[in-house]
Amino acid sequence: MTEYKGKAIVKGIATGKVFFYSKDTEAVRRIKVSDTEAEKERYAAAKEKALFQLDEIYKKALEEVGEENAAIFEVHQMLLSDDDFNDSVINVIDTEGVNAEYAVARTGDNLAEVFAAMEDEYFKARAADMKDITERVLNVLKGSESTNVPSEPVILIAEDLAPSETVQMDKNNLLAFVTRLGSSNSHTAILARNMDIPALIGVEISKDWNGKQAIIDGVRGVIIVDPDEATVMEYNKKIAKQTERKNLLNTLKGQEDVTLDGKHIKLYANIGGVGDVADVLKNDAKGIGLFRSEFLYLESDDFPTEEQQFEAYKKVAQLMAGKKVIIRTLDIGADKQVDYFNLDKEDNPALGYRAIRICLQQPEIFRTQLRALLRASAFGNIAIMYPMIISEDEVLKIKEISSSVKEELKAEGISFDENTEEGIMIETPAAAVISDKLAKLVDFFSIGTNDLTQYTLAADRQNAKLEAIADPHHEAVLRLIELVCKNAHEAGIWAGICGELGSDLELTERFMKMGVDELSVSSSRILPVRQKIRQSKAYS
Amino acid sequence: MISKKIVITNPSGIHARPAGLLVKEAKNFKCAVTVKTPAKTVSAKSVLTLMTAAIRNGTEIELCCDGEDEAEALEKLSALIESGLGE
Repeated sequence: MTEYKGKAIVKGIATGKVFFYSKDTEAVRRIKVSDTEAEKERYAAAKEKALFQLDEIYKKALEEVGEENAAIFEVHQMLLSDDDFNDSVINVIDTEGVNAEYAVARTGDNLAEVFAAMEDEYFKARAADMKDITERVLNVLKGSESTNVPSEPVILIAEDLAPSETVQMDKNNLLAFVTRLGSSNSHTAILARNMDIPALIGVEISKDWNGKQAIIDGVRGVIIVDPDEATVMEYNKKIAKQTERKNLLNTLKGQEDVTLDGKHIKLYANIGGVGDVADVLKNDAKGIGLFRSEFLYLESDDFPTEEQQFEAYKKVAQLMAGKKVIIRTLDIGADKQVDYFNLDKEDNPALGYRAIRICLQQPEIFRTQLRALLRASAFGNIAIMYPMIISEDEVLKIKEISSSVKEELKAEGISFDENTEEGIMIETPAAAVISDKLAKLVDFFSIGTNDLTQYTLAADRQNAKLEAIADPHHEAVLRLIELVCKNAHEAGIWAGICGELGSDLELTERFMKMGVDELSVSSSRILPVRQKIRQSKAYS
Repeated sequence: MISKKIVITNPSGIHARPAGLLVKEAKNFKCAVTVKTPAKTVSAKSVLTLMTAAIRNGTEIELCCDGEDEAEALEKLSALIESGLGE
């Protein structure tokens, strides 16, 4: 058993037999001929057939990878029907009295060299297209029916794959792609993404793998050749899970998040960085209910600048294209320490100087983040959420700062969305109990069940010995959640849950009955929760 | 022979697709059609040669038509290039 690393293009897992795909690289021989007319006719016929093949490939690619990516085959047709290409082939046959194969290969090589020598990356890349076209005509001339395609399901391993090669393959027999060359924007990569099959690039492949069993782990970016029995067993379990998820995905994708009796739920995803957005979209979440902004602070050696923050928020807002993106202001302190904040060591950090408490005592940090958030609001549907609230006074201070930041932006002529929603986390028992008063000051509530549970039950969530009693199903926690929803609705605002409990399927129906309007869960839980919502009743 | 100077507005320059469109239209005319760039002069009736000229965004080219239907060719083809060659 040996493991080889590569770069994962599609994060799936597959297991199967390796099929080593190699091109027919037999060198073209230069043969003197006496009947040049016959060679020219052979060439003309081969060209016609190649053009016909390209037309077929174009149509197939149109269905598989869309118009934009199929266009390359239209270009191949244009290049092959070009007069200059033709004239050159005919000229070589005539003047040198040689076979059509040689004339085509020479012309193709010459033109590929011209492109390869160009400075512009786009034109440089056309050298590969020239080679692809030349090979196609040569294959027709040789009478070889293009590629040796696998006839059983395989993991396809190749040095590199030309666009036309990937399109021509029988996709039913492809379990995964592994190549040594290629980029994440290559045609193969696009195809793998569209087909949603695992793909790795940059792997040091070997011909010796042909026919052997292998596992592709697109999550870790490795291929395991000749896996032992224990590894196979372990991966079979993972694959079973993956298949289950895929099936769920297919049936639930595009479905509404609505209960049997018609209550619509906002089913959103929790993310910790820009890179997580792909999973959000893949799992079909209708928005982002909790974007933890801490990563900007944790990954940095100093306070992140307004510009750095703005770029990150803007990117997510744009990627979500108009869907709601709720960004939580910094929640540093307690379990998430950052050196440059110079926070004192505390005996009880969960009850200490953290989150909004830092923001209100060091408003310059807070203002920078608010400016970045508001500026990004001009690029999508952003909402701002404040953590660790215990009093009305805090909310009033936040609103004062936020208004002054808005005035500042206006004075500078910087655009932002004036209707940006501002809400608070309900994660302290204090906030839950006075949620009737807080509801009048904000646009929404999002219940952080992890902290709410530990504070309500006075049980440290990081203490393993307390795991049994730190039970979020405790009646006290659930009653607080119900109270918060009731108070929210009385004030005409919405209430959601963004903690772990939101994806607890045992409670989904109960939450619906309590009147929870929004559930924000990790991307991988979106579809299971959607399924549960659709089986639940909110009224009665 | 008549000619006109045009600045290329296509974001990636005259790459394969716009080149294909220009060649297709140019072939409808009897006159010789050439494109002069600061670096070289190429025929506008061949996709390959047009692409080897690597004409990028912002380049000023001179479109030259020479032959019996040159007036109509210059008018139609320059309008096509100015409109962004289908992009």
